[in-house]
Amino acid sequence: MSSYYEASARERLQGVLDPASFEEIMPPGERVVSPHLRQLDTPAAFDDGIVVGFGLLSGHKVLVAAQEGGFMGGAVGEVHGAKLVGLLERARDEKPAAVLLLVESGGVRLHEANAGLIAVSEIMRAVLALRGAGVPVLVLDGGAFGCFGGMSIVAKLCDAVIISEEGRLGLSGPEVIETAGGVEEFDSRDRALVWRTVGGKHRYLLRDAMILVADRIPAFRQAAIDCLSLRPDLSLAALEAEHALLASRMERFGACKDAVDIWRHLGIADPAGLPLLEADEFIAATHDKRA
Amino acid sequence: METLRFTYSGGLPVGNQAAATLVGVVGSGNLEILVERQSLAGACEVEVITAAIGFGTIWQSVLDDFFARHGLADIRISINDVGATPAVVSLRLDQAIASFLAGPQ
Amino acid sequence: MTAMRNWNSQAEDKAARLTRAAPWSRGKHVLAEDTVALLEAILRPGDRVCLEGNNQKQADFLARSLAALDPEKIHDLHMVQSVLALPEHLDIFERGIASRLDFSFSGPQSLRLASLLAEGRITIGAIHTYLELFGRYFVDLTPRVSLVCAQYCDAAGNLYTGPNTEDTPTIVEATAFKRGIVIAQVNQQLETLPRVDIPADWVDFVIVSPAPHFIEPLFTRDPAQISEIQVLMAMMAIKGIYADYEVNRLNHGIGFDTAAIELLLPTFAAELGLKGKICRHWALNPHPALIPAIEAGFVDSVHSFGSELGMENYIRARPDIFFTGPDGGMRSNRALCQAAGHYACDMFIGSTLQIDLAGNSSTATLGRIAGFGGAPNMGADARGRRHASPAWLKAGREARAGRNLIPRGQKLVVQMVETFREHMQPAFVERLDAWELAESAGMELPPVMIYGEDVSHILTEEGIANLLLCRTDEEREQAIRGVAGYTAVGLGRDRLMVENLRDRGIIRRPEDLGIDKRMATRDLLAARSVKDLVRASGGLYDPPKRFRNW
Repeated sequence: MSSYYEASARERLQGVLDPASFEEIMPPGERVVSPHLRQLDTPAAFDDGIVVGFGLLSGHKVLVAAQEGGFMGGAVGEVHGAKLVGLLERARDEKPAAVLLLVESGGVRLHEANAGLIAVSEIMRAVLALRGAGVPVLVLDGGAFGCFGGMSIVAKLCDAVIISEEGRLGLSGPEVIETAGGVEEFDSRDRALVWRTVGGKHRYLLRDAMILVADRIPAFRQAAIDCLSLRPDLSLAALEAEHALLASRMERFGACKDAVDIWRHLGIADPAGLPLLEADEFIAATHDKRA
Repeated sequence: METLRFTYSGGLPVGNQAAATLVGVVGSGNLEILVERQSLAGACEVEVITAAIGFGTIWQSVLDDFFARHGLADIRISINDVGATPAVVSLRLDQAIASFLAGPQ
Repeated sequence: MTAMRNWNSQAEDKAARLTRAAPWSRGKHVLAEDTVALLEAILRPGDRVCLEGNNQKQADFLARSLAALDPEKIHDLHMVQSVLALPEHLDIFERGIASRLDFSFSGPQSLRLASLLAEGRITIGAIHTYLELFGRYFVDLTPRVSLVCAQYCDAAGNLYTGPNTEDTPTIVEATAFKRGIVIAQVNQQLETLPRVDIPADWVDFVIVSPAPHFIEPLFTRDPAQISEIQVLMAMMAIKGIYADYEVNRLNHGIGFDTAAIELLLPTFAAELGLKGKICRHWALNPHPALIPAIEAGFVDSVHSFGSELGMENYIRARPDIFFTGPDGGMRSNRALCQAAGHYACDMFIGSTLQIDLAGNSSTATLGRIAGFGGAPNMGADARGRRHASPAWLKAGREARAGRNLIPRGQKLVVQMVETFREHMQPAFVERLDAWELAESAGMELPPVMIYGEDVSHILTEEGIANLLLCRTDEEREQAIRGVAGYTAVGLGRDRLMVENLRDRGIIRRPEDLGIDKRMATRDLLAARSVKDLVRASGGLYDPPKRFRNW
């Protein structure tokens, strides 16, 4: 099972971390399940759809979390969120080499309403506190459900996003945009359009994602190892520079109707051909032309 | 949701390397199975929490056949099911036991 | 002396209609905005009309125009068409423009058709298989007017139907040679056609439609949705049937089950040393899932009923495999491919919704009238066949061993189905829903897709039941129960009889075939995603947008 996209959360963890190094915190046997789903007579999972624990990445200690997209689209409920917050807070105490978040989520679990919303906001706070304590937080994004909603904001609060072409990163889901804005505005069934707009390659070109990898677990692993040496600049100057970058992005590309127009603006020779390139060819063609 | 419980006896003892195992995912047409060691005076207990109501007889047959294939003693099998067909259930049970017996990788 | 009979009435009638149409045509060319007026001039109440509703392409502009006619002027038309796919195909009945229907398949409109029938708004002559309906175009259902679609026309009125030729030649031949009127909608008029598929002589009017004709990719299956159970069943099919009978000429009914078989050829089948020994000649639409097997060298030829969106460039690049014209593009032909599937293939394998204790197989469900399409043509023993092949002879021997009958061969007709469908619906039942549907819809017979007498094997996740070797109805019933798993039918098996059938090789379980169930994983698939298929094709396959995730 080398495809990251197809693998389950547990399979991804096994493949990304050093062999046999993963130990789970609050394993399914402890049955820490969602109290809300039971009340709603809805199936619950023993791990509430998230696996948390610690292991080794190229010999370095890391704390990890992996969301299971197959369970409720990876959506964050009270227990799910608490496990993630607990992991982030533990990382503040233990100061591992990094925290890896294998994200696959539609955002807040609506079934759990406010409990889910609060959970996501707590996650955001915990991520910022952890980064402030000097621990890099890395996001891996390559599952079928993508990274949307509150979890996409979490992802952008982290130090780096490692994404595959199949991965997606966006706030509102494509169907939501179509419902709100109409099919002329955004046809969510035009999957090529969806991936041009929120998919891994576009995110890489806009620098929302730091690294693009092929859909293979070893590729994600290597990218995570490469990121262990990240020492992000958390100064005010760096924050202001990022704001300036975002403002200039609006100036440069605000009039573009489609991602292909942005890619053309970036000086890419054959923008329409980008979706068809394999990851390494794509990076070769575009690494020096990113926004 | 429906909760079904089944008990079996006469199974074989489990080796020391066997470790709690989870296989599967709680998604439509799918299920997760947790296999754990538990002192049950040699029995095997199965608990199924399922969203598909009224299929107790089929669960009984599927589990009877499963126990005939892989009857083990002092284990607890816990299932969260969302309407998986018997084919999928049997497959996952076999995978879960294989993984359980193999121990930690 | 009796009055002289007029032997030329059809030609005179045609001439009269063409005269009435003259104001709206320039030679054969008619403007799109004049289509409704043209139809009102050409048609008469009660006419038998063929509207090209194919399985894949639709003369949608003509369908919309037909639905816009004034029922005061044109009413009670008798529609003969292969497929009811578009809402307009039934709108004409609701509006009283048409009242009688003979057809073959109505998948997308099956629910609405059932309601219209219940409301008495439509009279169904009969539901046919494709080949039956095409046959009747030349006997007692000849169209007076046919509304067809093509990609291009030229100034003279020649038509290019291209890869999706489908039913057009058959419809046009039946109509043109019985002094009927042929009206074609085309996407575009060109100076020169890539090739001539329908000669201008056979065509009366051509209309360039405002938008290209409707076409659906019905034969694309995303490998990402193939399950481990389907992989297991595919392994059994390959080892237990394809290898055993040396199946070299075949048709696959569309589905994920058969897609799994196609994707296991370059891996599982190749490992068994079966390349060159099975699956060489196909009567099959150009399934993207077949790309890896073609690239691996399993396939010698593919003839198709229609094309498949996205496969055009791949087909152009593989002319040794597909049927392509001097222009390099494919030509499909449903009637001929159906005949090929019936007579020139040794095996049909496909899925179904329900199977009863005699092996009768039906896709009929209550509240829907879906029809048959071409499956019964593929999935039936071809009693008219005379030429021999190893598979045909072996099946024939198995069926006739120990019986005092003159020897002959038999076609392998395999029904492949999981014992339970979605929502725990059993695939094996004591009584097919078809009986109830027949009663509620006033049909003379319960609609059966494949008769038990023709079924040679039933394959489920539990194993393969070889019905050819059964000698009594009871053996047959227990063989079916023996692979029906945990359904009520399966649980009702006579355990001793089933064990006996297994000892005799009539039922074979995966273990009996030497298959380790743990090997049945998706890793065995030669392609696990649509992107993998694109890679396998060297970038030639261009999937429709709905199949992409990049």
